[in-house]
Amino acid sequence: MLDLLLDPMTYGFMQRGLVAAILVGIVCAVMGAFVVLRGLAFIGDAVSHAAFPGLVIAFLLGIPLYIGGAIAAVGTALAIGAVARRGALRFDTAVGVLFAGMFAFGIVLFSTIEGYVTDLFSYLLGNVLGISFADIIQIAVLGGIVLLVVGLLRKELLYASFDPAGAAASGLPVVMLDYLLLGLVGVTIVVSIQAVGIIMVVAMLVTPAATGQLLVDKFWDLVKIAIAVAIVSAISGLYLSFYLNVASGASIVLVETLFFALALLFSPKSGWISQRRGVRAAAMGTTEGE
Amino acid sequence: MTAGGVAAVSIRHVTAGYGDRVALADVDLEIATGSLLAVIGPNGSGKSTLLKTIAGLLEPFSGTVEVFGGPARASAKRIAYVPQAELVDWAFPVTVGDVVMMGRVPLIGLGRSPGRADHEAVGAALETVRMTDERDRQVGALSGGQRRRVFLAKALAAKPDLYLLDEPVTGVDITTQEDLMRILEAESDAGRTVVATTHDLASAAQHFHQAAFVNGRIVAFGAADLVMDPALLTATYGGHVIVLPAGDRTIIDDAHHHDQPPGGERHFHDGAG
Repeated sequence: MLDLLLDPMTYGFMQRGLVAAILVGIVCAVMGAFVVLRGLAFIGDAVSHAAFPGLVIAFLLGIPLYIGGAIAAVGTALAIGAVARRGALRFDTAVGVLFAGMFAFGIVLFSTIEGYVTDLFSYLLGNVLGISFADIIQIAVLGGIVLLVVGLLRKELLYASFDPAGAAASGLPVVMLDYLLLGLVGVTIVVSIQAVGIIMVVAMLVTPAATGQLLVDKFWDLVKIAIAVAIVSAISGLYLSFYLNVASGASIVLVETLFFALALLFSPKSGWISQRRGVRAAAMGTTEGE
Repeated sequence: MTAGGVAAVSIRHVTAGYGDRVALADVDLEIATGSLLAVIGPNGSGKSTLLKTIAGLLEPFSGTVEVFGGPARASAKRIAYVPQAELVDWAFPVTVGDVVMMGRVPLIGLGRSPGRADHEAVGAALETVRMTDERDRQVGALSGGQRRRVFLAKALAAKPDLYLLDEPVTGVDITTQEDLMRILEAESDAGRTVVATTHDLASAAQHFHQAAFVNGRIVAFGAADLVMDPALLTATYGGHVIVLPAGDRTIIDDAHHHDQPPGGERHFHDGAG
C-alpha cells in the first residue's frame, strides 16, 4: 500500500510536479476567494486566454515565455478594469470581445510556426509533469509575491470588496485596490498556466473558493478551506494521473470539481441534501427577509 | 448654528450627476458642526447624490464641496459613509464582528492587525447598537433591522466626526428606528455631525434637528418641523403627498424606487460608487 504512494515519487518529474501543483493550488485558492466574491470568474477566464498571444510572441522572439504571458495577462486584466470604468458597453460583452480577439490572435500567430511546438501546446492544456526546477523557483517567487501583497493588504482588500463606497469615503484608495486585485489575478494566472493550462486555470481559481463558500460563513475560513481543497486535489489528482495514465492538470481540476459537488450536496449550511432534510432552517436560524 | 467655527460641510454652487445626467443643480448648503440633518425628497430627487458628493465619492460637475474646511479626501478618516442596504452584497462571507471591524481599517494602518483599542471600539459599538450577541453570525442571516444596526455600528467604530447615512432607518421596525435615532441624537449631542436621507417624514420631524428638502435642487432648508408644512411638501414631492387634517400623519405614495444611477447594479466596476 505504502509503495503505491512512494513509487511515483521516485521519479523527479513527479516530485517537481507535486511541488508545482501544490504551490499553484495555494496561490490560486487565495486569489480565487477574491475572484469568487467579486464576481471575477469570467475575467479570470478572459485573462488566461489573453495570455496566449503573449506566450507565442515570446516564443517567436526567443525570450522567456512567461514574460510574454505576464505582459499580455496583466495588461489585459488592467485593460478590462479600464473598460469597466468607462461603461459604454455591457461589461461582460466588452470582456467577451476582448478575450476572444486576443486568443484568436494567439492562434493565428501559433499557426504560422512551422512544425509541432510542444512548449506552446503544454501552455494550452497544461503539463505539470513537464515542469523544471527553474519553473518551480519562478512559481514560488511570483506566487510568494502575490501572497505577500494579499497578506499585507488583507483588511483593505476585504473592506473594498464588501463595501466599496464606505471604504472609499473613509479614505481607502478603492480604485487602486481594484486595479491591484486585477493585476494580482493576472500574475496568478501566468504562474498557473504552465501547470494546468490556459483552458483550466479558471477552475483552479474558482472551484476551491466556491467549495469554501458553500461550507463556511467567514472569509478567512473560506480561504483556509480553499487552500485545503487545492492541496488535497493537487496530490490526489497527480496520483490519479500517474496510475490511470491520464492528463495531470485535468485530473487535478476533476478532483477539485468532485469536492465542489460533494459540498453542493452535503454542506450543512447550504447543501441540497441537508436542505431537503430541513437541517438548513435549524442551522441558519432566522434567514433572509426584509 | 455654531457661530464662528468651521462648518462641517460647506457646499457652494454644486451641480452633480452621473454621465451626462444632472441629478442635483446649483446646490448651496452649509451644515453646521453638530447638526442632525434629515435630507428629504422623493426617489430620484438627488438625496443619495448629495451624500456621495459630500463623501467625495462623486466629483461634482461644478462648484465646491468642503468638509471641515478642506476637500473631503483630506478628512476621509473623519467621515463614515453608510450606503443604502440594497447596495450591499449580503451573501458575502463576513460576520457581524468582521463588518464592524471594517470601520476601523483606515485607522489600523497597512499590514497591521487590529489592536486592543480596535477590539474595544468594535465591542463598544456592538454594545451601543445591541448586537453583541450576534457578533459571530454571518450578515446574510440577519434581519433587515439588524443589518442597519450592524452598519451603524461599523460607522460608530470608526469614531467619525461626520456621519453620512443613506436611508439608515428605511424599512425597519419601529423599535429599531427608535434605537438607531436615539444613537444618532446622542452622537449629535456629542458634537458630531449627522446627515441622513430618509423617507419617514414623521421620524424626521420628531428626531432630527434640521431638514433639507431636495428635488433636483435644494427646495428648502430649515428646522425639522418644516416637514409638516403642506406647502413645502407639495413643492418637494409634487402632488404625491397627502397631508391628513390632523397633521400627525403624512403619506407619500412613492416608496419603491431608489435614486440610483442607471445600471447601478453592484458589480466589480462600480466599485468606488
